[in-house]
Amino acid sequence: MAKRSYNKTPIREQDAEVRSHNFKEVVLGYTMEEGNLEANRCLQCKDAPCIQHCPVMIDIPGFIKQIKEGDMDGARKVIARYSNLPAICGRVCPQEKQCEMVCRLGQSKKFEPVAIGKLERLVADWSLDHPEEPADIAHDKGKVAVVGSGPSGLTVAGDLANAGYDVTVFEALSKAGGVLSYGIPEFRLPKTIVQKEIDQISAQGVKIETDAIVGKTITMDEIMSDFDACYIGVGAGTPNFMKIPGTELNGVYASSEYLTRINLMHSYEFPKYDTPIEPAKDVVVIGGGNVAMDCARSARRLGAEKVTVAYRRSVEELPARVEEYHHSVEEGIDYSWLTSPIEYIGDENGQLSGVKCIKMQLGEPDDSGRRRPEPIPGSEFIIPATTAIEAIGQGANHVLLDTFPELATNKWGYIDADEETCATSIPGVFAGGDIVTGAATVILAMGAGKIAAKEIDQYITEKKANTVNN
Amino acid sequence: MFKVTDYKQHSATEFEVLIDAPRIAAKAKPGQFVIVQRNETSERIPLTICETLPEQEKIRIIFQVIGKSTYDLAKLRPGDELFSLAGPLGKPTEVQNYGTVLLVGGGVGIAALYPIVKGLKNAGNRVITILGAKNKDFMILADECEKYSDELILMTDDGTLGRKGLVTEAMEDVLKREKIDCSWAIGPGIMMRFCTQTAHKYDVPTYVSLNPIMIDGTGMCGGCRVSVGDDIKFACVDGPEFLGDQVDWDTFMNRMKQYHTQEKEAYAEVKEG
Repeated sequence: MAKRSYNKTPIREQDAEVRSHNFKEVVLGYTMEEGNLEANRCLQCKDAPCIQHCPVMIDIPGFIKQIKEGDMDGARKVIARYSNLPAICGRVCPQEKQCEMVCRLGQSKKFEPVAIGKLERLVADWSLDHPEEPADIAHDKGKVAVVGSGPSGLTVAGDLANAGYDVTVFEALSKAGGVLSYGIPEFRLPKTIVQKEIDQISAQGVKIETDAIVGKTITMDEIMSDFDACYIGVGAGTPNFMKIPGTELNGVYASSEYLTRINLMHSYEFPKYDTPIEPAKDVVVIGGGNVAMDCARSARRLGAEKVTVAYRRSVEELPARVEEYHHSVEEGIDYSWLTSPIEYIGDENGQLSGVKCIKMQLGEPDDSGRRRPEPIPGSEFIIPATTAIEAIGQGANHVLLDTFPELATNKWGYIDADEETCATSIPGVFAGGDIVTGAATVILAMGAGKIAAKEIDQYITEKKANTVNN
Repeated sequence: MFKVTDYKQHSATEFEVLIDAPRIAAKAKPGQFVIVQRNETSERIPLTICETLPEQEKIRIIFQVIGKSTYDLAKLRPGDELFSLAGPLGKPTEVQNYGTVLLVGGGVGIAALYPIVKGLKNAGNRVITILGAKNKDFMILADECEKYSDELILMTDDGTLGRKGLVTEAMEDVLKREKIDCSWAIGPGIMMRFCTQTAHKYDVPTYVSLNPIMIDGTGMCGGCRVSVGDDIKFACVDGPEFLGDQVDWDTFMNRMKQYHTQEKEAYAEVKEG
């Protein structure tokens, strides 16, 4: 065997200058040869820490071994035991904070960890090109409703269909996928990949009803009477606004609106698609998470000459994925660290012309352990911009919750569900993902889905056994 | 899916369709709306539900052609299917017995007013309805509103039907004449604003139905945000009805203009196409 390389096998990417003008995927993925080379870097640890740090506990050395042996079908089967959405997770998981963070190879000096995410993606993409005949499963163990077709809902649905349940997913939008469809842009997660992965879940017998808004189109009462159990995975999709003066100006967007127009409605293809978006020369994006990166890079691709990300802390505290931060810098995104907007300035037409900001300094650590940003008096300055996008986080959507007050929520307005079991205050109603935790990651939502599927199976099995016994 | 079953042209720019939508027909209440997307490449636009026909599992929508999306909808014929139809959305009108109510509709806003007229009449109110249009050809639903109104006043800009003048003139007459307990005004922004001011002089609260730009219509994006009182509200989930006195009309009407350039471009292209 060739000597183990210190570094990850490099992955091909679109040139930064070229890609900053298109919405095509940036990272092109491994070839089989590259994948094989990378798979050979894995130490095949017996007590693999990477597994423990994957929220759905994929047998990582197991599937990497299959790649090494050239058995892609075998690798697919290993991953499929744990994940319903590997092509998505391989692309968007923050591996540097999960599986790859604890990779033993990466712990030794000089060595980078195994590129687990990229290998998962290789297997998943191969698998989408080589679809399997769906297993012939009878769906007669009971009826389950899943509210929301984001990553957690799709995971619950896929697992329960495989376990023999008749599953219906209710989705409010016209397309399934939740944040995978309206939030994460094409250049990180191609929508054809999302659709193929969802099609595979449908092929397992899951019914997906779009345009079905639970609480409006269908009530929770109807769901409770028509189904044996229900899973609520409606996410945290309601935008927060900072509510600084000038929020009502034209050109001020919440990240959710900006990204929904682009991703779900294809406004970057206007007028081929009807939904417009405002083109802007100067754009300010507020925030430091993945959503802020996605907005900034989208604005660039829409033709903005200068895109500035204003973040109130410094680069060390940036919550976004490292890979995406680097991509954004390569694409010419500017950063204004320790910067907090205090007012939107408008022109005489009610159009945004600039964002007034104040410089911050880091004080004592707060409850989250991060140093608290404090404004420096007298340091105000204006960044000229005709578009500003607030990417400062989302809260719980209350369309369903307002019509179902019996369901207990916590002080932040999220559903009060047991993290170990996803059980809510109402028997038979389970919940997980962002509607329980607040905005988090795709893989954590999937992890909750895995747990919920097991618990729902157990709940229905016990309920049916009791009915028979009585 | 969502099949169009009937079609009717009311005026040069106003059209009506009946759509098969059993779930929406069973649940919609006065004041609620749907989000319609004609084709996969179309945009999502909000339209008020004019009437539900639960036995026939249909909803009735009346709209005015003002741009590309409504132009596309006007081409719908029985048998056509919509790509997407979501609803019923928004908070329903607070239908109860207020006593005497004054309902004012302008232009295609009458289609949104009609279910409220009907609802309030059925709830036992004395209903006075004022409808305004450019001329007699553009007056819609007058007969249907009359059925559920104790008094119906028609106004046209050119006097070809009813009285010549603005709806606010008719409002003044009614407000001077008798005590009104609550009023509603639905139509163009400028009309709703002046109706609110007129009723305000007589201490009568006015509910308006706001029609800002919307995308999802379910509270997920904030595109439809409006300043109401001192707060930011999302018209799709907190409204679309608000007290007219609390609405910041300048910013509301300014935000409506946000995409004028693109809207004109898209409409010009389809009309020439």
